[in-house]
Amino acid sequence: MPRNARMRLVSIPLLALLAAAPTLAQGDTLAQVKARGHLVCGVSGGVAGFSMPDGQGRWHGLDVDFCRALAAAIFDDPDKVRFIPQSSAARFTALQSGEIDVLARNTTWTLSRDTAAMNFPVITFFDGQGFLVRKSLGISQVKQLDRATICLQQGTTTELNTADWFRTRGLSYQVVTFANSEQTLGAYESGRCDAYSTDKSSLYGERLKTAHPDEHVILEEAISKEPFAPGVRQGDDAWRDLVAWTHYAMIDAEEAGITQENVDRLRGETLSPEVKRILGLEGKYGQGLGLTGDWAYRIVHHVGNYGDVFARNLGDGTPLKIPRGLNALWTNGGLQYGPPIR
Amino acid sequence: MTRVRETLLPPAPPPRRTGGPAGWLRTNLFSGPGNTLTTLVILAGLALLLPPVFRFLVTDAVWSGNSGEACRPEVAGRAVGACWAFVGAKINYLVYGSYPAAERWRPNLFFGLVALGTAWMLWLDAPRRGLGAVFVFLVGPLLSYGLLSGTAVLGLAPVATSLWGGILVTLVVSLVGIVASLPLGILLALGRRSELPVLRYACIGFIEFWRGVPLITVLFMANVMLPLFLPGDLTVDRLVRPLVGIALFASAYMAEVVRGGLQAVPEGQGRAALALGLTRWQAMRLVVLPQALKVVVPGIVNTLIGLFKDTTLVSIVGIADFIRVLEAARADPRWSAPTIPATAYAFAALFYLAVCFSMARYAAFIERRLAAGERGRA
Ligand SMILES: N[C@@H](CCC(=O)N[C@@H](CS)C(=O)NCC(=O)O)C(=O)O
Repeated sequence: MPRNARMRLVSIPLLALLAAAPTLAQGDTLAQVKARGHLVCGVSGGVAGFSMPDGQGRWHGLDVDFCRALAAAIFDDPDKVRFIPQSSAARFTALQSGEIDVLARNTTWTLSRDTAAMNFPVITFFDGQGFLVRKSLGISQVKQLDRATICLQQGTTTELNTADWFRTRGLSYQVVTFANSEQTLGAYESGRCDAYSTDKSSLYGERLKTAHPDEHVILEEAISKEPFAPGVRQGDDAWRDLVAWTHYAMIDAEEAGITQENVDRLRGETLSPEVKRILGLEGKYGQGLGLTGDWAYRIVHHVGNYGDVFARNLGDGTPLKIPRGLNALWTNGGLQYGPPIR
Repeated sequence: MTRVRETLLPPAPPPRRTGGPAGWLRTNLFSGPGNTLTTLVILAGLALLLPPVFRFLVTDAVWSGNSGEACRPEVAGRAVGACWAFVGAKINYLVYGSYPAAERWRPNLFFGLVALGTAWMLWLDAPRRGLGAVFVFLVGPLLSYGLLSGTAVLGLAPVATSLWGGILVTLVVSLVGIVASLPLGILLALGRRSELPVLRYACIGFIEFWRGVPLITVLFMANVMLPLFLPGDLTVDRLVRPLVGIALFASAYMAEVVRGGLQAVPEGQGRAALALGLTRWQAMRLVVLPQALKVVVPGIVNTLIGLFKDTTLVSIVGIADFIRVLEAARADPRWSAPTIPATAYAFAALFYLAVCFSMARYAAFIERRLAAGERGRA
């Protein structure tokens, strides 16, 4: 039958496309990443300071740099990483289905998420939920938002916190939820809502995206704890260790005074045993992670220490100007504290 | 008896001119009180609407600058319209997504191939259109796939689909939809009229299933659910998944459009062709289908325009299509200025308008040509 022959002809290219797709297995993530030749990292689709593409399609941000650091530790090349934007609703499925190796997407570590199907090896950023309101409302405290309509994003902790906070205080409120930050901000700007609520760190960038940033303020108060942590699949302890220590290496480097700028000089002349251990001049600490001895050197050399990364993406030199606050080193009164590399 | 007029008739005024600009205006725009009123209302509307739009898009627009500052009225010292400097700064990202800069000649070549294929198909008197069809429906897609994603055969470095983005992805998604849905739709429509019950019901089932499910659901199933059902070591590329979904979805709609055309061809046509000794397949291919497709050109183009605009739905499953990329580009705090959101969407609107309008014009051209053919025969 010529008709059937045509049908078969048409379906062949489709099947060929299906079969040509790369394959991916669960299990030893590090081995898969090495075999594949690059890391696949789930990020958010445009949160200033955390993950955002520039005019050439190159990604920037704290979450992005975390993934680059991981790639640098593994491959000695911070560019061996692919970024896949994930919506807040689909991000966990993407991790479970093996589509991404690590989820670095301003994701809050909560017990239910941790036990459901993933692990959060380390907290990379301490945040809290905040509110963006119009200056003209003359509001300075969250409790003044009684009877307000609040725009926020689906599938986030924001959704749950807001309900808790208003209910325990006996305040009435209305929530309108959206699938991504574009829609949420759009609704807030068009006057659909009195306030836009999400993690305070995201609000800095969202405020700048409004047509007239000066007409909006971020309320001082944070109504929740939002510890951002990268997510990995359960059942791969080695990968979990590597992800945790990538962050600790950046913290320990900052504490030891090793910066992206001085790391090469220090490597030649340092006498400090601590610095030597971090830079892989003493001991074989990379081995336990399945990496080479200079793994932490690679991170600082290619990406920088935590302070470098913070300053580059969120700090005073950027339009966001987010204070270090809780994310200062523990030695400066913050919460960032890295276990020793030894 | 004969009657002879003895005096000259008084000269009548010349007939109202219908030629010339004034005449044209009179017959087309002011041919009566109702028509005159409508014309005036529309003119007033345009006079109200067009100058501000023109001012925003052109006169007040900022064309250069290297940050959002340039587009702030207090910095520019004047009213600021569209901030085209923003589009300029982001244009590479908007066109190619994160496609590696060194390899951008490949998408460029792909755009060239698309232009060539389109011209070949659209230019009705082009030489060897049959060969053109093979190029558009078979060689082109395979070549483009190899070119964009890279093949060892051609000596091209692989570029993962996760790096593709922007206009490139929007084009790829729509073209796959168009190129797959036309032949598939025709086959399905023929299958639906087949005399073999199994084939007929299979086609009906297929068409009704895909028409009955919203595209969003198809995309979510394809992208989020499918990987969970597949065995662990088998994954389908994340761009290919929605592509297959869109192709199947579009062919179901196309099938119904084509079926409409088949029904419009009188049964006698097929019978006559058979009586002349043509085989069933020849009768279908040479007599029935050409007439059917001719009838449904507007319907086909309508479906294709709808498909082109619908492709932006892939952004909800994390594919960086044109709109998604535009929104991500907007997150840049260095580019924050009052008119940047409006600029971004104006740019998107102009892009979609340009493409859809050309498709519509082409369809109108084809219709006129076909209509001329009808007249010639009558
Ligand atoms: N930290 C919260 C919220 C995370 C979240 O989804 N934030 C939004 C608000 S800005 C976001 O990242 N949107 C970016 C996007 O949709 O691409 C959570 O983990 O649930």
